[in-house]
Amino acid sequence: MAYPMKIRASMMGDKVVVKALIAHDMETGLAKDSSGKTIPAWFIQQLTGTHNGKTVFNAQLGPSVSKNPSLEFRFSGGKVGEKVKLMWIDNKGETRSDEKEIA
Amino acid sequence: MNKTRRAVLQSSTGFSVMALAAANGLFSTGAFAQTPAASKLVAEWNKAAFDTKSLQATATALGGGPAIESREIIISAPDIAEDGRVVPLNVTSKLAKTEAIAILVEKNPNSLAANFAIPEGTEPFVKTAVKMGQSSNIHALVKADGKYYFATREVKVTLGGCGG
Repeated sequence: MAYPMKIRASMMGDKVVVKALIAHDMETGLAKDSSGKTIPAWFIQQLTGTHNGKTVFNAQLGPSVSKNPSLEFRFSGGKVGEKVKLMWIDNKGETRSDEKEIA
Repeated sequence: MNKTRRAVLQSSTGFSVMALAAANGLFSTGAFAQTPAASKLVAEWNKAAFDTKSLQATATALGGGPAIESREIIISAPDIAEDGRVVPLNVTSKLAKTEAIAILVEKNPNSLAANFAIPEGTEPFVKTAVKMGQSSNIHALVKADGKYYFATREVKVTLGGCGG
């Protein structure tokens, strides 16, 4: 079950600052549980940010990214009231997308 | 100080605006439908690059030649990280035509942590947090104008964040 992302999008000068907190375990595949069994790898592989249909950000993540990843990026060309959409997909094919209006 | 945020907080309608935003985005639990674009994304994940063990091998796997050290890339990270599970860092590139920023942790089992594509119009800046198994060098590998450049910063870790 994928929980919603927490997204903040705000104007800083003429740029849009997007901050996102993503709920995800980001298991490396190296850690063991209490019974000594290896916990299989489970992590977000791709994350894309789009604005008005244009890709403004594209990240490929590996298991070295922290649990519940936080991300921040900035792009120009956005206006207050427009929407930024973030979408991720993990190595199990699970995916989630959330939208946020630029404030 | 963010003026827009202040304005929202100060205005009498601020509360309802925040409530609406919360209802729309932050706390919604609606099911997400699979999109065709999602399956397309996973095919592009560069497994070879994420399996590499060193800076130059990663540069090669990402399709570049040997990377050159550059002072135009700035890594901002703590000198000493108490918790290796969450090491916050950000990378800024001052190189013209920056196309991608990759973050590598040298001594992690697989060095490449993340690779961020920077399309035109997006600032060559990225902020995130990585796991570090032990004290190690962090490299930022930047693709600018078709060439690869890197910068290095050492981070000491008190408590490791990889493995059990």
